[in-house]
Amino acid sequence: MIETALGFGFAALGLALAMNLWRLFKGPGVADRILALDTMVINVIGIIVLAGIAGGEGTSFEAALLLAMVGFVGTVAYAKFLLRGDIIE
Amino acid sequence: MSGGGSLAEWLVSALIVLGGSFALIGSWGLVRLPSLMERLHGPTKATTLGLGAMLVASVAWFHLVDGQWTTHEMLISVFLFVTAPISANLIAKVHLHRLRHGEAAEPVGPAGTPAPPSSGIDWATHEAPHEGTPGDLVGD
Repeated sequence: MIETALGFGFAALGLALAMNLWRLFKGPGVADRILALDTMVINVIGIIVLAGIAGGEGTSFEAALLLAMVGFVGTVAYAKFLLRGDIIE
Repeated sequence: MSGGGSLAEWLVSALIVLGGSFALIGSWGLVRLPSLMERLHGPTKATTLGLGAMLVASVAWFHLVDGQWTTHEMLISVFLFVTAPISANLIAKVHLHRLRHGEAAEPVGPAGTPAPPSSGIDWATHEAPHEGTPGDLVGD
């Protein structure tokens, strides 16, 4: 049963990533693209968490935590650059 | 398999399905909604909540398998729940900034182009760095 649920979860996250990719290509604005990238990072964290459950080992969470941090910093840096033309003033 | 284990497995499966559905709904909102301010709602709320459900499922699963509680997942979910509104706020700021400059390719919404504040002070995003801060270009 857990395998079925994991299969559904992987499929849903993969489909969500494909939809984010569509928004990333279509735009229309830069803000849309930042939003799509941010959502992609969150969905990839979900995939890592599900892979951790499927693999049965507890080592994937460091990767998920690192990705959460790097994704947030990337989003903030990009937004700051567009707002001010500089990241750290 | 005992009844209790089966119940826990049901719970974990339900949480995974719930999380996947929420992530899917968030991205569907990102594709379908008409303007950026509306599109912000999908990923920031639905997707974050979906990931929260998956992380709770992970905690429950490792408790079921190893018999011990892990806290890594809680760390991730706390971090995500704190950072999601901040990044959403910054993306909305970028959008408003570009709308006022006429750089956003989006049709103007019912509220019109965002106006500059009526007082003499402009938006913070247009302001030059204050004197005495590292970016003020005085003495560089």
